[in-house]
Amino acid sequence: MDLVQLQRQFVDYTTSLFNEGFLDDQFNQLQQLQDESNPDFVVEVVSLFFEDSERHLNELTQSLEQQNIDFKRIDAHVHQLKGSSSSIGAQRVQKECINFRGYCEEKNIEGCRKCLQQVKHEYVLVKNKLETLFKLEQQIIAAGGSI
Amino acid sequence: MGFKNINIGTKEGVSNVVGTALLSSPRINREQMKNIQTNISTALVVDDDIINRKIHRKLLDNLGIESETVTNGKEAVDVHCTGKNFDLILMDLEMPIMNGIEATKKLREMGIHSMIAGVSTRSLEEEKQEFMDAGLNDFKEKPLTVAKLASILHKFCEDDLEPVTD
Repeated sequence: MDLVQLQRQFVDYTTSLFNEGFLDDQFNQLQQLQDESNPDFVVEVVSLFFEDSERHLNELTQSLEQQNIDFKRIDAHVHQLKGSSSSIGAQRVQKECINFRGYCEEKNIEGCRKCLQQVKHEYVLVKNKLETLFKLEQQIIAAGGSI
Repeated sequence: MGFKNINIGTKEGVSNVVGTALLSSPRINREQMKNIQTNISTALVVDDDIINRKIHRKLLDNLGIESETVTNGKEAVDVHCTGKNFDLILMDLEMPIMNGIEATKKLREMGIHSMIAGVSTRSLEEEKQEFMDAGLNDFKEKPLTVAKLASILHKFCEDDLEPVTD
């Protein structure tokens, strides 16, 4: 694929991520912050998000498997996950977290378990999308172009 | 629409330019960012979340503001006990050990007059008010953006930064 095609693909793919609600304007903000002094800024922030999210999701899974469910602890993790997804513009993950907190407040175990599955699902989706986006970016740079 | 040399550092007439810029173009792009000069040279980022610390730091970096980061309110207080001072403090609300409200109150009690901008996901009026009452100069809802930071800097210019007393 030549450079122009790659760049077109990149633009189309990015647009689709926004249109489908995977990303919101906050992601644009991160891209705006990236510059020559830190050309990997977005990738670095998103990598932190992946690490952080996986940690929270593991904790949440364990917490919901306990005999005595600690809703406060669960809420704390969901709150943090909501915050970090909001910070990078991962809109669908953020929305699921908001739902999750609702079930926590009601101490609804089934609701929480369902929501955890939803959050995991959305997280995996956005992770794949972002990794694809970064691969496209790398291909463009390798072909001598820029974003 | 170009905003060359938006000088937030001086009060006269400038706050109008920045005000207009913010009203008509809530998105400040990279070019405009380079032209925003400011009187603020040092900042402290207080946030328990590593992602937010990184983003806030970069926001400040891009404006030529040197910053340090700490992970909770107690560390924010401790760093001031070493004699350090900052023009601006970006203070998260919910943090372990000591939260933003307690830290802000403590810093004001210690006689710290720096501009403190609360940054939080909490948006209920009572919670915002409680945070403001602790001694903030400004409050912004997370996530922080270039435009929100520019608005904080704009306020820095406008306020006389009277010592906050009860």
